[in-house]
Amino acid sequence: MSGARNSAVKIEHIVKRFGAGDRAVYALADVSLDIRDNEFFTLLGPSGCGKTTLLRCIAGFEQPTEGNILLFGEEIDELPPNKRPVNTVFQHYALFPHMTVAANVGFGLQMLKRSKREIEQTVESILKLVHMEQLADRRSTQLSGGQQQRVALARALATRPKVLLLDEPLSALDLKLRQQMRDELKQLQEETGITFIFVTHDQEEALTMSDRVAVMSEGKLQQVGTPSEIYERPNNRFVADFIGETNLFDVTVEGIKGGEATCVTSGGTRVIAIAIEGCKVGDTVSLSVRPERIRFAADAVDGDSLIGVIERPTYLGTDTHYRVRLADGFTVLVRLQNTHGAANGVAVGDTVTLRFDPDAVVMLTD
Amino acid sequence: MEHAQQARRRKQRKEKIIRAMLLSPALLTIGGFLIAPLFIVLVYSFLTPGTYGGVIWEATFDAYIQFLFERDFLDESLVFSTAYLEIYGRSFVQAIVSTIACFIIGFPTAYFIATRPEHQKNMWVLLVTVPYWVNLLIRTISMLFLIRNEGPLNYGLQAIGLIDSPLQIAYTNFGVGIGLVYSYLPFMVLPLYATIERFDFRLVEVAYDLYADRWTVLFKIIMPICLPGIIAGSLLVFIPSLGSFIAPDLLGGGKNLMIGNLIALQFQGSRNWPFGSAAAMIVMSVVMVALIIYTRQQTRSKIQVH
Repeated sequence: MSGARNSAVKIEHIVKRFGAGDRAVYALADVSLDIRDNEFFTLLGPSGCGKTTLLRCIAGFEQPTEGNILLFGEEIDELPPNKRPVNTVFQHYALFPHMTVAANVGFGLQMLKRSKREIEQTVESILKLVHMEQLADRRSTQLSGGQQQRVALARALATRPKVLLLDEPLSALDLKLRQQMRDELKQLQEETGITFIFVTHDQEEALTMSDRVAVMSEGKLQQVGTPSEIYERPNNRFVADFIGETNLFDVTVEGIKGGEATCVTSGGTRVIAIAIEGCKVGDTVSLSVRPERIRFAADAVDGDSLIGVIERPTYLGTDTHYRVRLADGFTVLVRLQNTHGAANGVAVGDTVTLRFDPDAVVMLTD
Repeated sequence: MEHAQQARRRKQRKEKIIRAMLLSPALLTIGGFLIAPLFIVLVYSFLTPGTYGGVIWEATFDAYIQFLFERDFLDESLVFSTAYLEIYGRSFVQAIVSTIACFIIGFPTAYFIATRPEHQKNMWVLLVTVPYWVNLLIRTISMLFLIRNEGPLNYGLQAIGLIDSPLQIAYTNFGVGIGLVYSYLPFMVLPLYATIERFDFRLVEVAYDLYADRWTVLFKIIMPICLPGIIAGSLLVFIPSLGSFIAPDLLGGGKNLMIGNLIALQFQGSRNWPFGSAAAMIVMSVVMVALIIYTRQQTRSKIQVH
């Protein structure tokens, strides 16, 4: 139990190993997670990080080598996929090509031996929920990608599973549709109250939809937290780098005073950061500063400031990215919002001072 | 102006000739080897039989009448007779049973091959086809040696004490069935393999996820999606089984006439070429009707898909 809400899926020390001995490959290396009821939970990571394997373990398609999975407090390790009250929305839609949309959606209910009337009613209402009621009698092969994904979603939701697993369901859609489906998915999750476990490699999807996100890499959990936690307070270099864009500085801690650490880069520039627990003078750490937290300052130049030359602006409409080359050769990415047009008062070749607050700097130990 | 028009017309004529020339090999093959022989059979079925074989060029429906009626010796009146219908009925049943048996054996075989690792598949397909490099007659006679009363099958069963006296398999309809299944099994396995190989096995996972059990997955997902292959294989087995001649002759001991034997008889012993032709035309029309219904259904489901 965590917080006021019940645990929906509890994953206890799951290990998934392929092969044995020296050649063993760990798809999942001791992962523990507690996913709460009614939660929109996202497993985020690059391809090959184990997120899909974890999802398939919950669905029952893969058997973990070690560890337990509990669904609402009950062990489900022994249950085959067709006995688990969880459904999956697959990346490749995988609609049954020989059936109509309605038959696809009703398939699970039919397998559960529900009455014909109940099936009809449920199919109708669930198709309405995903705005597909007009196409109930179409063959599934006659649908566009977005429509197929909606039907796949309806099919997985029709049996009212306790947990819905979504394996990169939006990755095959084009951008506009993907953004629209994001809103719809979130809304659907809130309306149905079903726990969603969403797998994606797209950090934007993860940040916009999730209640909580688990960042994974190389079969391990890197950080679990709300979208703002993992963005603002990453645990380690991997999370800081993977979520959004960031500037990472390798520094040595020079002094700690009042919770603030003065760090020095190899080029001799000093940066003040909030000291994390256990950090000592002399430690080598990384500092992460998000590009949007940095601003250009025209004020007096002192020895500790980061001074650089603007190299290459990238105009993105809403904002502009500037690459600033520091004296020690390091390049810093700065992102300015174009609130007063594209110019921002700087030009290529200008020497600028970079300013940011200590709370914009996140200290990372690994 | 006129000059240009003339040139264009000349060019069009030239293109027409070239197109006709390019089409001619296919048209000649179809015409010479398919339509012409069929036409001869059709014409012969409406002629009068010659005394020593061949035909006399006198048009008559006698052959078709003979199929359904017996002509009384004395008053020449026609009496309805089921003798030939029985032969047809028996042949259809035999062919249907053989087709079903081929499917029951062929589907798991094809499924097995289709689910092997990529580099093994071709070897398995090759193994299925290897026996068919041997002449059909020799294969059928070999089957006779295997299943006859003094053959290894009966000796084996007797040796292990399962039976006391030899089972009569040779010279029965069951024996004919074994021969037919053995002869035509690859025609079932190969098209089935081709469709199962293309089957998207991720759909099986989806069905399991939606609470389906193994049998439901097989009957409601895999088989319906592989239906085109099942139908193709069944036709490829059913049609030659229906007209088969060697297996019933050798393994059935010629006791129960089948369509193939009946037709062969008309051209050999009975010297009634028109009746033989008519018998062939009747089988062909029945099969044709079945095929037309099948292709129509196929095109209809294709229209639905696109």
